[in-house]
Amino acid sequence: MVNQTLSDLSDMAFATSVVVYILAMLLYFAEFASGKATDNVAENAEPARATVGLGGVATKEPGSGPVVGRLEPEPRKPWSERFGGMAVAVTVLGVLVHAFSLITRGVAVGRVPWGNMYEFGSAICLVAVVAWLVVLYRQSRAVRKPTTAPKLRGLGGFVLLPATLLLFLSGTALYATASQLQPALRSYWIWIHVSAAIVSTGVLMFAGVASVLFLVRLRSENDPGEPGRIGGRLPSSQVLDRFAYRATVLIMPVWTFAIIAGAMWAEAAWGRFWGWDPKETCSLIAWIVYAAYLHARATSGWRGTRAAWINIFGLAVMIFNLFFINIVISGLHSYAGL
Amino acid sequence: MNTSVPRRVLAFLRNTWRGLTSMRTALVLLFLLALAALPGALLPQWSLNRRNVETFYDNHPTWAKVLDSIGAFNVFSSVWFAAIYVLLFVSLIGCLVPRSAEYLRQLRARPVRTPRNLERMPHHAAGTVSLSPDEMSDFTRRRLRRWRVSESTEQDGTRTFSAERGYLREAGNLVFHFALVGLLITVGGDQLMRYEGQVVVQADGSGFCNSGTFNYDSFDAGLTVDGTNLSPFCVRLNDFDVRYLHSGQPERFHAEIEYQSGEALDNGNWKPHDLRVNNPLRTAGDRIYLTGNGYTPIFTVTFPDGTQRTKKTQWQPVDTTTMLSQGATKFDRPGMSNEQRRHNNQLAITGLFAPTASLDGKVLSSRFPALRDPMVAVDVLKGKLGLAGSTGQSIFSVDQSLIDSGELNRVARENLAVGETIRLDDGTTIRFDGVQRWANLQVSHNPFQRYVLVFAAAIVIGLGASLSIKRRRIWLRIKPLAAGSNDTDENASAAGGTTGGASVEIGGLARTDQAGYGEEFTKLADELLGSGAEPTAGSSGTASPGRSS
Ligand code: HEM
Repeated sequence: MVNQTLSDLSDMAFATSVVVYILAMLLYFAEFASGKATDNVAENAEPARATVGLGGVATKEPGSGPVVGRLEPEPRKPWSERFGGMAVAVTVLGVLVHAFSLITRGVAVGRVPWGNMYEFGSAICLVAVVAWLVVLYRQSRAVRKPTTAPKLRGLGGFVLLPATLLLFLSGTALYATASQLQPALRSYWIWIHVSAAIVSTGVLMFAGVASVLFLVRLRSENDPGEPGRIGGRLPSSQVLDRFAYRATVLIMPVWTFAIIAGAMWAEAAWGRFWGWDPKETCSLIAWIVYAAYLHARATSGWRGTRAAWINIFGLAVMIFNLFFINIVISGLHSYAGL
Repeated sequence: MNTSVPRRVLAFLRNTWRGLTSMRTALVLLFLLALAALPGALLPQWSLNRRNVETFYDNHPTWAKVLDSIGAFNVFSSVWFAAIYVLLFVSLIGCLVPRSAEYLRQLRARPVRTPRNLERMPHHAAGTVSLSPDEMSDFTRRRLRRWRVSESTEQDGTRTFSAERGYLREAGNLVFHFALVGLLITVGGDQLMRYEGQVVVQADGSGFCNSGTFNYDSFDAGLTVDGTNLSPFCVRLNDFDVRYLHSGQPERFHAEIEYQSGEALDNGNWKPHDLRVNNPLRTAGDRIYLTGNGYTPIFTVTFPDGTQRTKKTQWQPVDTTTMLSQGATKFDRPGMSNEQRRHNNQLAITGLFAPTASLDGKVLSSRFPALRDPMVAVDVLKGKLGLAGSTGQSIFSVDQSLIDSGELNRVARENLAVGETIRLDDGTTIRFDGVQRWANLQVSHNPFQRYVLVFAAAIVIGLGASLSIKRRRIWLRIKPLAAGSNDTDENASAAGGTTGGASVEIGGLARTDQAGYGEEFTKLADELLGSGAEPTAGSSGTASPGRSS
């Protein structure tokens, strides 16, 4: 039976996390807007990248060795960077509250917390934001930094924007009160298949955002006279392209697995492993588009801009698959609780 | 120059083949495949949902006709869809065969020679070490143990190492693509050999045997199946039960079945199985699924001459949330020897059944899907039903044209609770005895299914290997310092470069689009140069940002 107290708590945490994310997004954008626009050339000249430690000793920049005598106080960080720092902290807070919301929902109904559209939407966003934090974290630890922290944080707002939109949509139009699952969904496969699908969608969302920003950035790089209000402040196009590519490459096997696990579940639940149900078909289409993306990366003339467009198209198919197919088209997957 | 016709034809064929097996073609075909599948997701399909297609026909008659004629309601068995994937797979095989050959050749080949200018490599580092070139070579050999290495010594005593790693990437890629072909073939084979039967079974211990297609209400099979060699087993349904939540949402469907297969068929042993959604019965190479359920109102007709007939015919749910059902229970009048008269004196009880009745005046509807207060609202029809011979007559309804032509007449209309009776003017009585459940069972046979799964697993593994493994190279050039070559810079000597020391230059290259070699290279270079070494200040390696990390 449903634990009402916990489910109310979960709803509250959900609403709170949306507010916290919006705050984080505003902070990211504040940093972004007040930061300096630099073009690619300036970024390439940054010394941080040239620091390849040899012999185990990191090569120091001249003058950065220990100073003898009176120490100058560390200069205060500019406001923009402090916004950025706060944005990251607030994002972490948002993730914690958000995760709490999902967990309490799961405990309240005594099942996995991804049994209807509201819960999917919420879980997908959580994955997307976590993916973003992982990128930030790895970047902060990397030996060779392809971009600077403020520039990287410039992406934050653009990741949180679709995430908060999707969350908002899930919490309003798609909201479903906490309830039991229908029999078809009561299977251990919901753990395997749906969680793989959620993780894939969340990470691909990050990849799609990176590809969109790649295109924006490329425009400003190709027009050196005017760095562009948005483009000039983003990490270099190569960095963005690599984010998109690595995220896609990382998740492609998972997405493949999600589809296959879905087929195995269908074999147990619906009597056949593949039946061209609209959801199955659309998942396959998305998969083929991502396969096309990977091929495009290996085809001369298709790398770069065209590949980025394919990646964006792939995300569009994923989103279409999530919303349109579940809600509008009647198929076996129309369990969405709407 | 005149080229002969056969040569031109050959050249044309060769070019076509090259074009077909090129990456660009694969890309275009992949796109086409995605595009062609799209109507299959967006438009209703005959094979999935006849009723939706018919609705579409009603709403957009002209469009529907056009779409149907190009196969848009039958995408996955249409010619153009097949054409695209056949082309794609021809292209794929044409691409795979030479790639496999190339891969085998590479496996036997030695890593490429160390290039003259390592500074030009995307990854580069240099320094001096206090080890002698021999010691340094030993150290390098040990450090590169898991790489494929080839070594050589140049005339001036310079040692070069050339190493490569990540050959499994291409293997994974080939496994992945071959598994795609395997998947297609096994799915195709399955299509030929599969069968699927649907049968309604009353939950009163009734059953059926998979002994022939005539035991099924509907049967659908691949081309090579003629219905004679079905896997032998029998199933009977003892009890069926659905639990509902307060909201009316079903919580659990549960069919208690017993089955026998193999030897048990001869010795008559029945084994129980808990048939539930997500828990099919797997026996004799077939699977038995629970795919539907409904109610069977039971009627007993007592004819004027005193003969009684009881019939259990399943009715069909019209609304799955309340299980309001409709149907037609049909009776032949017994004891009539004249064929003609018998056919003109048939009875049909048609109408609605509600498991939990809710009456609005006399109009019956259902409030809840479970059996709480069952009631039927029936029309009793008398006359000619056309039971025998008339093909395509639904068991859930009577032939409307017979009513329209006056051959079938309504003789009563009543609402009945369980135990209530209607008396017709000729003295016939009809009693609503009670309700029983039925379940729809599906029998599926997919002999290739397990091979499909094997290839699917190979796809995931191959893809994982192909996308996570980096094909990468590293080169070293180790020069003895004592050689006094002009490479030796002052810092190195100042750092105590003894005659045993060596200057080391390292270059690295990731051979694929795979970003992410930078970190590994940096670490490796650090280790190699750190083997009792001093860094050469100023000659730190720089990697261009596009390739590194
Ligand atoms: C049935 C259609 C096909 C599908 C679904 C498909 C799918 C894929 C996928 C998902 C990858 C990424 C794995 C990786 O990068 O290692 C890939 C890579 C690749 N595919 Fe295909 N492929 C198909 C047909 C083809 C064809 C016809 C060719 C030959 C022209 C081809 C050549 C390649 C090559 C060379 C790569 C490696 C690309 C790289 O190194 O990044 N594929 N394919």
